Amino acid sequence: MKKQIKNTFSRRGFIRTSALASGGMLIGFNFLTACKDEVKPPVDIANLNFNDFNAYIKIADNGYVTIFSPNPEIGQGVKTSMPMIVAEELDVPWEHVHVEQAGLDTDKYRGQVAGGSQSIRQNWDVLRQTGATAKQMLVNAAAAKWQIDASEVSAKDGIITSKSGETLGYGDVVKEAAALEVPENVTLKEPKDFKIIGNDALNVDLNKIVTGKPLFGLDYKKDGMLIASVMRPPAFGQTLKGFDDTETRKINGVIDVVQFGDKIAVLAKNTWSAMKGKKVLKANWEDNALESTEKHNELLLGLLNSSEGEVRREDGNVDKAFAEADRIIDRIYESPFLPHNCMEPMNFYADVTSDKIQLAGPIQTPEGTANRVANLLNRAPEEVEVELTRMGGGFGRRLYGDFALEAAEISNKAGKPVKLVYSREDDMNAGIFRPAIKYRISAALKDGKVTGYKLKEAAINSNMYGLIPNFFPAGAIPNLKIESANYQSNITTGAWRAPYTNFLAFAEQSFFDEVAEALNQDPVQLRLDLLDNVDEGADDRIEYSASRMKEVIKLAAEKGDWNNTPEGIYKGFSAYYSHNTHVAEVTEISIQNGKPKVERVTAAVDCGIVINPTGANNQVVGGVLDGIGHAMYGDFTFDAGKPSASNFDTYRLIRMNETPKVAVHFIDSEIAPTGLGEPGLPPAGGAVANAIKAATGKRLLKQPFTKYLAETESEVIG
Amino acid sequence: MPVYNLMVNGKSLSVQAEPDTPLLWVLRDELNLVGTKFGCGIGQCGACTVHIDGTATRSCLLQISSLEEVKITTIEGLSEDGSHPVQVAWKENDVPQCGYCQAGQIMTAASFLNTNTTPSQSEIREAMSGNLCRCASYNRIEKAVADAAEKLA
Repeated sequence: MKKQIKNTFSRRGFIRTSALASGGMLIGFNFLTACKDEVKPPVDIANLNFNDFNAYIKIADNGYVTIFSPNPEIGQGVKTSMPMIVAEELDVPWEHVHVEQAGLDTDKYRGQVAGGSQSIRQNWDVLRQTGATAKQMLVNAAAAKWQIDASEVSAKDGIITSKSGETLGYGDVVKEAAALEVPENVTLKEPKDFKIIGNDALNVDLNKIVTGKPLFGLDYKKDGMLIASVMRPPAFGQTLKGFDDTETRKINGVIDVVQFGDKIAVLAKNTWSAMKGKKVLKANWEDNALESTEKHNELLLGLLNSSEGEVRREDGNVDKAFAEADRIIDRIYESPFLPHNCMEPMNFYADVTSDKIQLAGPIQTPEGTANRVANLLNRAPEEVEVELTRMGGGFGRRLYGDFALEAAEISNKAGKPVKLVYSREDDMNAGIFRPAIKYRISAALKDGKVTGYKLKEAAINSNMYGLIPNFFPAGAIPNLKIESANYQSNITTGAWRAPYTNFLAFAEQSFFDEVAEALNQDPVQLRLDLLDNVDEGADDRIEYSASRMKEVIKLAAEKGDWNNTPEGIYKGFSAYYSHNTHVAEVTEISIQNGKPKVERVTAAVDCGIVINPTGANNQVVGGVLDGIGHAMYGDFTFDAGKPSASNFDTYRLIRMNETPKVAVHFIDSEIAPTGLGEPGLPPAGGAVANAIKAATGKRLLKQPFTKYLAETESEVIG
Repeated sequence: MPVYNLMVNGKSLSVQAEPDTPLLWVLRDELNLVGTKFGCGIGQCGACTVHIDGTATRSCLLQISSLEEVKITTIEGLSEDGSHPVQVAWKENDVPQCGYCQAGQIMTAASFLNTNTTPSQSEIREAMSGNLCRCASYNRIEKAVADAAEKLA
C-alpha cells in the first residue's frame, strides 16, 4: 500500500496557513505557572509583552508548555488529540503540557469547526508544522547562544543539546526563539519516532469532569445575567397571534417578558423562575400549513415511484442492465425523523451592548454563528466575541447557531446579559431534526453477478451531500445510477451524526445482504468480490479506497470469527466508508423472550494513524452503540405539525442494559489520520438488521427496528 | 421568600428560595454547585443524581421545602479531590466522551456500590440503566463500576 503520511493539501494553501499561524502566535516566556490547571490565559492577550511565535503554543521559563486547542470540543476528543500532535513535533513530554481551549480567533486559526469528523484530518499538517517550526526556532536560538551552527544542535523531550554535550531547556531560550525569523522548511518526524501519537492520553478535562467542575455552557455564569426560557410555537406551521403574560409576571423572580418573532422569552433571576414563568404564559397560535408523518410517507413514496429527481451519478447503461437481468431485487427502506438529544440541552450566553457583542457557550460553528449574529443585529462581525465552552454533546445539533441567535436577540431587546436555557421539551421539539428519508434500491443480477444498481433517495428538505454518490458501490458495479428528490417541509432539518449515511448505510448494507442471499454467496465474500471490480485510481471521483475497505472487511471477519457461529448466536455483517474512514462490523445477536438482543460487536477501522488510542476506541464504541440504539428504538413522527415525543419518558434512547460489548481493532497504518466522531455509526444498523435476518428470516426495511418488528410480529418470531 | 437550612456536602447552608424550587436549581443557581446537571427535569435521565442520606436520588424532582432534615451530597462533595474509588476508576478507564452525564453516573454508581459490594455484571447493568449517556460510553461505565467495586472490596 502507498504510504501517505501527509494529507493531500495544496502547497500554496499550506504555506498560507502556516504564515497565518506564525503571524498571530505567542510563546510566552514568563508563565511560571503555565502548567497548572487553574491558570487562565491572560484576558487581554494582545497587550501583553509576548513575542510572536505560534498561535498554539506558550512556553514558560520552566519549560512547561500551554497548547491552545483551536477546535470546539463536543466529546469527540479533539481537545486532547489536537494538542498531542503539536506536542509530538515540538518534542516535549506530554506530562509537561497544559491544554487550553482557544476562543474564536479568525486571525490565528482557520476552520474552527467541529463537524464532519474533519478536525484531525484537516489540521494534521498544520499542527505538526506548528510544533516542528517552534522546535526548530528553539534549536536555532540555542545554536545562536552557543555560537555554533544549528545542525550541531538537537532537541527532544523539552531539552536542547549541542554536539559537545551542553544542554538548555526550552524555557531557557524561548524569549530569544520567539524573536527569530520563522523557518520555512522544517523537518517533520517519521511515524516510527512518534512518542506521544499512538499512545493513550487521558481526556485533558477528565479530572474536572469527574469532580463536577464548571466546564459546559450550562455552567457558564456572569454577574447580572438573567436566565431566559422561551416559548415557541408548539407545532411547525403555527405563528403567534397574541399572548397574555399576566400570570407570568406574578412569578417571583420573573423580570421581563420579551416577544421576538413568533417566540416569547421569559427573563428571570434564576432558571426555575424562568421555567415557571413560561409554564403559566398563555399564548394563542394560528394554524397555517400543519404537516404529518402520514402525509410525508405518501409524498416520499410518491417521489420514489415517480420520474422526478436529480441524477447524482450515472455509470454505464442501467436500463440495459435491468432489461437483460436474470433477476431483479427491488426494495424500499424507510427512516423517521430523529432529534439529536444532546444530554446538555441547547443554551447560550449573550450580552449585546453598544460597544460589542459577547457570546459564550457550546457551539460547533463559532465563526459562522458570530457572523450570523452580527448580520441579525446589523453589527460588524469584528464586534462579536465568542468564548467556547465544552459541549455536552453535539451530534450535529450545535452546528446550527439558532439558539445563539435567539440569545443575542433577547439580550438585544431586553438590554441585559442573558443566558438562554432550553428545557428538554424545548430541546426535543424546537427543531433541527434528522430528516425522514426513504431509499428505493434495485439490483440487476445476471450470471451470478451484480450487473446493475439503482438507488433513489426521497428526503424531507435536503438530499445526500455531493460526495456520497461516489461512495461504495460506485466503481464496483458497471451500470449504476444514483438519484435524489426531496419534498420541502416547514419542519426544520439538518445534519445528525453521520448525515444521510447514518441511514443510507443501513439500507445499502441490508440490501447487499439480500443480494448475497439471492446469489447464494457469503455476504463478506460478495463485498470483497465487488471491491475487486474497482479499478483504483481510474476514477478520481471515487471517495473510498477499495483496498483499504477490503482490509477492514477481512480484519472484522477474522476478529469477529465470521465463519464460526455458536449455537443460539446469529451474526450480521456490514461495512461502510464515510468521513474518510473505512469501517467494517460483525454483530452478534441472540433471541431472548422472542426479541433480538445485541450481544457483541466487533469493529475493524482504518482511520490512518491513530493519534490517541483510548480516545479513538471511545469514539468508535460510542458511535456503534449510538447507531444500534437509534436503529433499534429511535422514533419521531409528526401529527398536525406536533412532534410525537418531547422528553425521555416518550422518546427511547439506548440504555446500559441494552448495550452489547464492542471490540474495536484498528488497522496499523502510517497514512495521514482521518476522523472518528462519525464513521463508526453508519455500519452499525445494517449489521444488526442482517443478524436479525439470520435469526428470524425477517428482512428489516424500516427503522426503528423495535417498532417494525412489533408491527410485523406474527410474521417473525413465534 | 422563605429561607431553608440545608446540609450540603457536610456544610450547613441557608438558602432563600421558593418552596417548590427543585434541589437541582438550588444547587446550580443558588449554591454554585454546577457539577449536578440538568438533563430532562422529569427524573428520566439521571444527570441530576445526588445522594440524599447516601442514597442516589434525582435532584430535579426534589423540592427544597422537603430537604431540611436530610444530608445532601453532590459530586463536589463525593471527595475533595476526585479520590473516591468510583472517581478513580472513572479516570483510569478514561470513561467520558462529552462528559456531561458523568457526574450523575458516578453518583449512581457510588450509591449502588454502598448497597452491593460484590455486584454481578447484570446487577451493574440494571443498576446503571436509569442513567442515560447520549455518547453511549456505557461499555466503559460498566467496566469502571466493576473496577470500583474491586477497589472498595
